[in-house]
Amino acid sequence: MRADLAGWGRYPRHSGDVVTPHSAAALRAVQAGLDPYVARGAGRAYGDAGVGLEATVSMRALDRMRAFDSVNGLLTVEAGVTLEEIINVLLPRGWFAPAVPGTRFVTVGGMVAADVHGKNHHRTGGFGAHVASLALLTPQGELLTCSRSENSALFHATIGGMGLTGAIVEATLRMIPVETGWIRQRTVATKNLDSTLAALAKAEAEATYSVAWIDVTPGRRPVGRGVVFTGEHVLAAELPQGRQVFPRGRRSRVSIPVDLPEGILNRWSVGAFNRLYHGRAALLGNADLVPWDAYFFPLDAIGDWNRMYGRGGFLQHQCVVPAAAGREVVAEILDRVAAAGCAPFLAVLKSLGAGVGDMSFPMPGLTLALDLRVTAQTLRLLDELDRVVVAAGGRLYLAKDARQSPDTFRAGYLGLTRFETLRREIGAAGRLASQMSSRLAIQ
Amino acid sequence: MTTASSVLIIGGASDIGRATALIYAGHGWKVTLAGRNLAECGRIADDIAVRSGQRPDVVELDVLRTDRFTAFVEAFPEAPDTIVCAAGLLGDQARDQCDPNRAAVTLRSNFEGPALLLGAFASAMAARGHGVIVGISSVAGERGRASNYVYGAAKAGFSAFLSGLRHSLVRQGVCVITVKPGFVRTKMTAQMTLPRGLTAEPAEVARAIFKADQAKRPGSLYVRPVWRPIMTIIRMLPEPVFLRMRL
Repeated sequence: MRADLAGWGRYPRHSGDVVTPHSAAALRAVQAGLDPYVARGAGRAYGDAGVGLEATVSMRALDRMRAFDSVNGLLTVEAGVTLEEIINVLLPRGWFAPAVPGTRFVTVGGMVAADVHGKNHHRTGGFGAHVASLALLTPQGELLTCSRSENSALFHATIGGMGLTGAIVEATLRMIPVETGWIRQRTVATKNLDSTLAALAKAEAEATYSVAWIDVTPGRRPVGRGVVFTGEHVLAAELPQGRQVFPRGRRSRVSIPVDLPEGILNRWSVGAFNRLYHGRAALLGNADLVPWDAYFFPLDAIGDWNRMYGRGGFLQHQCVVPAAAGREVVAEILDRVAAAGCAPFLAVLKSLGAGVGDMSFPMPGLTLALDLRVTAQTLRLLDELDRVVVAAGGRLYLAKDARQSPDTFRAGYLGLTRFETLRREIGAAGRLASQMSSRLAIQ
Repeated sequence: MTTASSVLIIGGASDIGRATALIYAGHGWKVTLAGRNLAECGRIADDIAVRSGQRPDVVELDVLRTDRFTAFVEAFPEAPDTIVCAAGLLGDQARDQCDPNRAAVTLRSNFEGPALLLGAFASAMAARGHGVIVGISSVAGERGRASNYVYGAAKAGFSAFLSGLRHSLVRQGVCVITVKPGFVRTKMTAQMTLPRGLTAEPAEVARAIFKADQAKRPGSLYVRPVWRPIMTIIRMLPEPVFLRMRL
């Protein structure tokens, strides 16, 4: 079937063939006849990573849970199973995912391919660190088991490999035991970048989950005031009487029904929101019990929130820079954003540890994510920011990227040479390609 | 519930069959999946085992092999409390209308096989004095249309069979329910462009089935209420008007 495809940011858009196999056998049969393709999960990568160069294989119909070992917390699922389904099934039995991104509407295959990270990356690593094994269909039609001990080179290339080593068919994950579905959240409102970084460092030393939100209202001085959030799983004994131990996740109660007019998110509306948000956090301050969905996936409460940015779509610029350069780079980026007068709706800062995959995004250092509406001015600004990131030895998150240059990419991903060599060995070069891999000239 | 009720799902590897099995298993029912493709039914049984904590039984059944139905029914020590028939085949109208053998497969998969099989279980249920039979028919059976009248004719036959079965068993404690889902997003319709408001998810159909089973109200239902006025109009259109339409 022909379809128009884009990522969550709805920029850029491409048209191509989409096929939806319903079993591993059907996948193997159909991929043999496809032009350069890539597997796609829930389409939650922001840019063009989940859009095939010629064809796209939707993995959504491979959505069976295969087995759960309730002694060791080992869960085996097909790649199209979503994080939401996993949480709905296993949280009531006392298990949670070891690392979660900002939305639960993602597939397991997508989480492995992007080696997604959560607010606990500095402690326990990204999603890939908790994958025990994978079943991978190589472009030559072999279904291989990959783990740290079996086909380990392919295993490490596939985690964070953006689907460019084959189609992930199944994954076995180590879940973590939890006593409740609640998180104890603490918030600290900060006045400037230094106090934000200090509060974040303290939070990371003390808490399981930590992240900072930064107010990037244009014209606000000093830059970098924000709110630092920490979170801990609440123990059963700590839960007040009358609370449901494992609250059910709530689906979005409101959604954005149509594309909002471009410019609804402007410096004034975003500035007003930011003042409210910062003010509320400054008032709250203390600990707060929050259900898991509100804590980890606040934006899931608003259906189709990507439509807020209007028809033209939006970009997320997420970089990571080595710890030593962290403060300087973040300060410079915030300054440049403020000077450009664009209003990012969201700016999020946190520390990352090392990634496990050859192409994993995380490295020990600071990561900063900015959401911006697509305009010519935004694109120019992001090119400037890329130069700052590259000079500091940093890189951009491929799951978010829609526009970086091949040079920026090559400068940041040092595992690329090994990755490309492996792609040639398994016959992936020329057979497995996304719009992203083509844009970034990945061989 | 004192002892677990049992449900047999025919067409267990279909998307509606799978979703239905999951709902029943989630409510603690003992589920048996019957289908032609044992491997596929096993894959679904594993999935349901993880999600619900109970693994359904899997049995082989080809609705075209009517000669094996008696043995199939006799293999059950007791008739299940509920039988849901989700087996079916959309067929390909263009090919079916010029190839009698293909048309026969469409007719037999949607009508002959399901009807005879449910009929075979019905007598056991009637003898016992209780049971629920859910047949998944189709809005396509309400009026033959150029675009899918082979499939539609089979579903019309199946609906008539279910209606008669309902009539015949109503005083013997057996409840027969006809479900007409309208469009459903499944493997069967993957190649079609479906109108959003009229298209149900398999889980929605499954919920409607389970709810109807719990209510034990013999009759026929649409999954989405919007289909009632639509199908009333399509049925009432005078033939000269209908013949001029492209449907």
